[in-house]
Amino acid sequence: MNKLVKKFYYGDYGDKENAASLPPDALAAANGNSWPLWEVFIRSKQGLDHKHAGSLHAADAQMAIENARDVYTRRQEGISLWVVESKYIHASNPAEAGSLYDPANDKVYRHPTFYDLPNELKHM
Amino acid sequence: MKPSTDSLVLYTLHLADNALMLGQRNAEWTGHGPVLEQDIAISNIALDLIGQARNFYQYAAKQINLSTDQSINPAVTEDSLAYLRNEHDFMNCLLVELPKGDWAVTVLRQFFFSTYQFYFYGQLINSKDSTLSAVAEKSLKEVTYHLRWSAEWVVRLGDGTMESQQRISNALNDLWPYTAELTTLADYEEALLKERIAVDLNSIQPLWRNKIDEILATATLPTPKNLETRTGGKQGKHTNQLAIILKEMQYLQRTHPGAIW
Repeated sequence: MNKLVKKFYYGDYGDKENAASLPPDALAAANGNSWPLWEVFIRSKQGLDHKHAGSLHAADAQMAIENARDVYTRRQEGISLWVVESKYIHASNPAEAGSLYDPANDKVYRHPTFYDLPNELKHM
Repeated sequence: MKPSTDSLVLYTLHLADNALMLGQRNAEWTGHGPVLEQDIAISNIALDLIGQARNFYQYAAKQINLSTDQSINPAVTEDSLAYLRNEHDFMNCLLVELPKGDWAVTVLRQFFFSTYQFYFYGQLINSKDSTLSAVAEKSLKEVTYHLRWSAEWVVRLGDGTMESQQRISNALNDLWPYTAELTTLADYEEALLKERIAVDLNSIQPLWRNKIDEILATATLPTPKNLETRTGGKQGKHTNQLAIILKEMQYLQRTHPGAIW
């Protein structure tokens, strides 16, 4: 039972499993004294959601926004920026895709398509 | 090319030369920036400045052509103004022709200049000259970002590591004498004050100074005690640096007049 459940700390998926256990100086040294990595999301003028545009390095949140503006919005890509330190993004493990997503394949009753819309609403 | 004595032309050229020279100095970082994102940032700033320069040169060219007899003097263009004038006809402040130095010098110089441009354009918007006012309105947005970007860097370096604080302190002492010229009226500016075309730099000076003091304090940097001032750029009297820049910048057009690609 203990093998199935593991306690996770922020930033220590995959190759950063030991991140939580290192003191700050050693962690900085391990990162080569480089600035943290941030992920950038941009919402375009016509868009409703922020889409992932890329990543960059920055020393702090203000610099991350400005770097994102300078690097990723030069060609009017968008009007709103989100930046998140990469270590705060957790991703699902691709190897687990089978158990996470396949079970939904044969449960069509979850889709809202089993009733007829009245004519007046057909173009909703 | 016979230099103009018309105040409005001189004023427009002064504004154009400021923007062009600083754009060129910043562009020297392209490909050599300390990190990728800052290489792009300083290059973007350079492009913004060169865009401002173009707007002013085009307006200056239009004025010159309207007032000269073109059977005697060929029409001037933004390019001939930028690439064919001599050193003593350039009227940029000394501050913008200084070498780019290290990153501390670059961000501090940008901060001094962008603070001036921010308050300057903020008032030039009200100029009775509609072209200057329009250029100011467009440029103000660019300069608002330049000010924010450079001020934050001054704070980061000032209140940073021992090395960064040392470098920006040196930059502060080296650049300070050149800042007075930014808010000192030249003859051609005073001539345009009555018609409310030019900005009264005397009204900007305290705004400029307050912003500088505020950011330096946040950056834990002392205001320099150095009272020496270096001026002359706005009158066409430059350091030897301008000749060096112009030699490189103008070489192609002077060697192959009218070259295009």
